[in-house]
Amino acid sequence: MRVELTVNGERREADAWAGESLLYVLRERLGLPGSKNACEQGECGSCSVLLDGRLVCACLVLAAQADGHELVTVEGLGEEAGLHPVQEAFAETGAVQCGFCTPGFVVATADLLARNPRPSDDEIREALSGNLCRCTGYAKIFDAVRLAAGS
Amino acid sequence: MDVLTPTTLDEALRMKAERPDAVPIQGGTDVMVELNFDRARPAVLLNLNELAELRGWSRENGSIRLGAGLTYTEAMEAPLAEKLPALAEASRTVGGPQIRNRGTVGGNLGTASPAGDALPPLLIGDAVVELASIRGERTVPLNEFLTGPKRNALADDELILGARVRAAHGAQTFMKVGPRNAMVISVVSLALTVDRERDEVRAAFGSAGPVARLVSARLADLDGFPERVAAAASPIDDVRGSAAYRSHALSVLTARAVERCLQ
Repeated sequence: MRVELTVNGERREADAWAGESLLYVLRERLGLPGSKNACEQGECGSCSVLLDGRLVCACLVLAAQADGHELVTVEGLGEEAGLHPVQEAFAETGAVQCGFCTPGFVVATADLLARNPRPSDDEIREALSGNLCRCTGYAKIFDAVRLAAGS
Repeated sequence: MDVLTPTTLDEALRMKAERPDAVPIQGGTDVMVELNFDRARPAVLLNLNELAELRGWSRENGSIRLGAGLTYTEAMEAPLAEKLPALAEASRTVGGPQIRNRGTVGGNLGTASPAGDALPPLLIGDAVVELASIRGERTVPLNEFLTGPKRNALADDELILGARVRAAHGAQTFMKVGPRNAMVISVVSLALTVDRERDEVRAAFGSAGPVARLVSARLADLDGFPERVAAAASPIDDVRGSAAYRSHALSVLTARAVERCLQ
């Protein structure tokens, strides 16, 4: 089936199998591998994207459900001119170990700060509770969120 | 495999009548896991995301009507959270933000898991489930709608429209036992309200029997209530906890919830 959607401000089309997830379409059909494929059951948050402005796991959205909708992936956060402030903060604080969970954390953090520019530690913890870092690098991730919130 | 995406409720009901084997998908937090792990290959998926009729909530003759497409995130927001505090508390324990932005009350009713977090809060609000097909609409009390683990009274040609719930008339709370605060399927859960208007305490538990279940008592008859709630459960041993632990936890949670609500 044909799926048409806006991805990072651009109209895109893809042929997808009916049971396919939005994540598969992004990675395998639209050449956007920034959203990572790990648990495929909404447990890890590494495929976090913004669907119509709401933070969701792309693995739990049926590709057909995104038809006609607007999507922002990690690739769409920064600009040609430079990184998104959240990406800058993750780089600055070294909030990356293996890096696999980073795109999901970056998207979830950008979503948090857009809604709540000065989150408390508890609010950060809550907002990032759906994202797992298997390297357990949470301390530096917190540093990154605090830095991005202050910038 | 096909996906049908109706844009009106009438169209959706016609499609469901023509294809009773179609599996409804709303937030996808249950259905997509089945698809991703190759556990289910339904011939047809019925995408309910475009149905405005299923969204939001409204006041109706003193009760609250929740659309089947109401998300957990929406159930956490004022003013709804003030009218149904136990549902708001339960919603806060569901998954993480990504899951709460997609998962819905209607999906919880459709999946009918014994661990469905929205079910105990709806039971203490005497929830009635609204169902529709091209044959017409009907309502089923939630305790009759839930017929077994992952089984409900929905007919093949029907869709869940929403639920009508009694707004809180007194303190309410929700408690859940799990290995961490977020991203947890409950080991055992409990919703409780002290309803002074009806002179009644109502408790409903999840993950402690084949279906979520309601137990009530007069306010003057609270001695031994935690033990009675635990005795009404029929928990099993599974990967998340033992039956004995669940029974014990249920009586502890009930005592704590009563104390919290009577303060």
